[in-house]
Amino acid sequence: MIMREAITKIISLIGDEYVVCANGFISRDAFNAKDRPRNFYMLGSMGQASSIGLGFAMARPGKKVVVLDGDGNLLMNFGVLSMISNISPKNYIHVVLDNECYDSTGGQPTISPRVDLARAAEGCGIKNVIKKDLGQDFAEAFKDCLKKEGPSFILVKVGRDPSEKVPRVGIAPPEIAKRFKNA
Amino acid sequence: MDATTLKTRLKGLGFDFFTGVPCSLLGGIITALAGEYIPAVREDTALGMAAGAYLGGRKPCVLMQNSGLGYSLNVLTSLNMIYDIPVLMLVSFRGYGGKDAPEHIIMGRHCVELMETFGIRNSVCGREDLAAALAEADKEIAKGKPYCIFIKEDTLE
Repeated sequence: MIMREAITKIISLIGDEYVVCANGFISRDAFNAKDRPRNFYMLGSMGQASSIGLGFAMARPGKKVVVLDGDGNLLMNFGVLSMISNISPKNYIHVVLDNECYDSTGGQPTISPRVDLARAAEGCGIKNVIKKDLGQDFAEAFKDCLKKEGPSFILVKVGRDPSEKVPRVGIAPPEIAKRFKNA
Repeated sequence: MDATTLKTRLKGLGFDFFTGVPCSLLGGIITALAGEYIPAVREDTALGMAAGAYLGGRKPCVLMQNSGLGYSLNVLTSLNMIYDIPVLMLVSFRGYGGKDAPEHIIMGRHCVELMETFGIRNSVCGREDLAAALAEADKEIAKGKPYCIFIKEDTLE
C-alpha cells in the first residue's frame, strides 16, 4: 500500500476526530483525499505535527486527535515521543506512515529502516503501540485505537509512488488555522 | 517583579497554557507555575505544542532561554507567523551586555536583532518595565502574532 492509499483509507475511517497532518505529501494527500475543516495541514515547521496534536489534545480533552506523521518528521522531533508518554493524553492517536524516505523532496532515504520506531515509542512508555509491515492491513487496529483509551502509536510501513502528482494544499494558512480552531 | 506577581499578571491577561525549557533566570516563575507548567524537551517542540493548544482554544505562553531562539525560528516563521497563531515568549536574556559564560555571548549580542530581522515584536525588560511589556505583548497577541519578552537577569525575584 502506498502513502496515498493509506491516507485515503484512514480518512475514510475518520468520523468527527481532529486530524493534524505533517508537512509534505501527508498534508497534500489528506487534502486531496477529503478536505474537511477538522483537518489541520501543516505546511512548514517539519517535525511539529506531533507537538501541535499534543497541545490540541490537552486543550480539548473531550475530542480525539489523530496525528498523521511521517518517518522523516518523527525522526526530526524524536523527543516528542517522551513528551507524549509523559503527558499521556487519552485522546491522542499518533499514526506514523513510514515510507523510509523524504518523499516530497525527491525520495532521499531516511534512516528509518534501521531504527525500530515502534520499539522507541514503547521504550518511551506510550500506552498502545502497534506496528504494521508493508502490505499488512492496519484498518482494524486503527479503528480499535479510535475507540480505546490512548495514547496510541501506530506505525504503518507504506510504499511510495514516484509518479504521484498531487496538487498542493489550496487553502491559505490563516484559513486552515481558523476553520480548524472553530470546527 | 516577583514570580508570584508575574504568574498573577499572566493569569489576569488570560494566559492558561504554559510550557517551555528552563533557564536559571526563569526558575522562580517555573516553580510558581508548578502543576500547570508542561516541560518540553526542546523549544521548537514547546512552540509547536503551544500552537496546538491555541488551536484548541487556549492562550499559550512559552518560557525559554534565548539560546532556544535558534531552534524556535523555523516554527515561528513557518507556523506561527504564516497561520496567525499567537504566542507569548518569555525569554531569559543570557549574555546581556557581553557578560556571561562564553556560550551565551553571541546569541546575547544578536538575539534582539534576530527578532527584529524576522519582524517579531519584542521588549527587553528589567524589573520596572515588565508589567508594561506584558500589556504591549497582549495587544500584539490579540492580532494573532508572536511576541517576545526578553527578561534580563535580576528582573524576577
